[in-house]
Amino acid sequence: MSGDIPKIRLRGLSKSFGPKVVLDGVDLDIRAGHSMVILGGSGSGKSVTLKCILGLITPDAGLIEIDGRDVAAMTRREREAVNDRIGMLFQNGALFDSLPVWENVCFKLLAQRRITRRAARDKAAEVLAQVGLAASVGDLSPAELSGGMQKRVGLARAIAAEPDIIFFDEPTTGLDPIMGAVIDGLIVDCVKRLGATAVSITHDMASARRIGDDAAMIHKGRIVWRGAAATLGDTGNALVDQFARGEREGPIQMELRK
Amino acid sequence: MDRALDLTAGLGRFVLAMLRGAGAVALFAAEAISHLVRPPFYGRLFLKAFVEIAWFSLPVVALTAVFTGMVLALQSYTGFARFNAEGAVANVVVLSITRELGPVLAGLMVAGRIGAAFAAEIGTMRVTDQIDALTTLSTNPMKYLVAPRLLAGTIALPLLVVVANTLGVMGGWIIGTQQLGFASGAYLKATFDFLQAWDVISGLIKAAVFGFIVTLMGCWCGYNSGGGAQGVGRATTAAVVSSSILILASDYLLTAVMFSR
Repeated sequence: MSGDIPKIRLRGLSKSFGPKVVLDGVDLDIRAGHSMVILGGSGSGKSVTLKCILGLITPDAGLIEIDGRDVAAMTRREREAVNDRIGMLFQNGALFDSLPVWENVCFKLLAQRRITRRAARDKAAEVLAQVGLAASVGDLSPAELSGGMQKRVGLARAIAAEPDIIFFDEPTTGLDPIMGAVIDGLIVDCVKRLGATAVSITHDMASARRIGDDAAMIHKGRIVWRGAAATLGDTGNALVDQFARGEREGPIQMELRK
Repeated sequence: MDRALDLTAGLGRFVLAMLRGAGAVALFAAEAISHLVRPPFYGRLFLKAFVEIAWFSLPVVALTAVFTGMVLALQSYTGFARFNAEGAVANVVVLSITRELGPVLAGLMVAGRIGAAFAAEIGTMRVTDQIDALTTLSTNPMKYLVAPRLLAGTIALPLLVVVANTLGVMGGWIIGTQQLGFASGAYLKATFDFLQAWDVISGLIKAAVFGFIVTLMGCWCGYNSGGGAQGVGRATTAAVVSSSILILASDYLLTAVMFSR
């Protein structure tokens, strides 16, 4: 694919739930092979943007292009083929608790009959090692894992089929700072190794600087800033800087009932 | 006048909501059925659901059937004794069990066990993003979660009803011979002399329909649950209540169709 065409292109993406407008014309380009971090407060529309790109939510209006192709114009099979190249790490892991870890990790490969169950065990051990987990973890149930281990298994599941786009939904939420840094390091390593395009949503600024090449901030359903992730905290944009520094005073006012 | 209009509008909204719900369930069922004839097929998941429904429901269905047969023998004996028709006990027991009580009671028991379990499991998967995760892992949730369960329920319940019928008749035979003084051979002869193949087959057809209803409502309520733990609880309750009502309503319809002359 040409370097001029963004891997993912959003134009005028809008979505409302009843009277509540969540996305109000989101425009965003995500460069191929780069890591984009989408920042924003709770309820700002980050997760809905991600779910629209993944096809889990149908937007009310707007354009979503992946590799220059409008996903809305794709047939079901074409859309499934696009999804085959996508991996996703969910905020709470979303591991299947009825399956052991190794089946979770190789779920996509098994579902698509790309691998036998015997080979899947070996493959799972290999991928678990890439996220710093022992092969013996493969035989455990997700309920037996700590939060950090669940994130790592979720990451292993996201990368097992070697996708070229990976989404990370709040990858460090609920983890202690050290485990958060470990997960961020694993994300950077995995994305680099696969040469994938990564899209992460987070409100953890340390995590955003560690995993992002580019960053964008969504506020009230619109992208209000985009730039290099390294400049976060000193962007000159009052909204972004207040958010990055976690300041109470500024243009972003929390709606608190007194 | 305004009050009457308000009542009419409320009634209209209720009817429209019912129709919308029925349509949505019908579309859900149609999509699930369409996945039964389109590959890939998840045989392992079908077997798992089948064992869960048929094998693990066996104790509760068996106990219900035995006690129902016993009660039926006692009740019909004391009732028929008023007009000297005690000899009809065996016939009443076998016809009641095979035509009605076997399938209906097994259906209600399975609704309580399986309908609730499916709604809770799928509902929990919904609220913990596991269903979204299936989609991102190139797996259709309807094909993976709903279609195998629907097929398993439709096949498993008739098999459970065969067991329930046998044990129900046996319960009546135990009471008839041990407590009511019937000779064993005479009781069994009376049982099988009056039994026709259609009595059993009609019950098995009902059971297949009830199995479909129970699994469909369990999956539907779970699939559309929301609102965290409370939402899953509501989905579980709704699955049991709706499938129980639908079992009784469809039992009337099926009886009217199959036994109207």
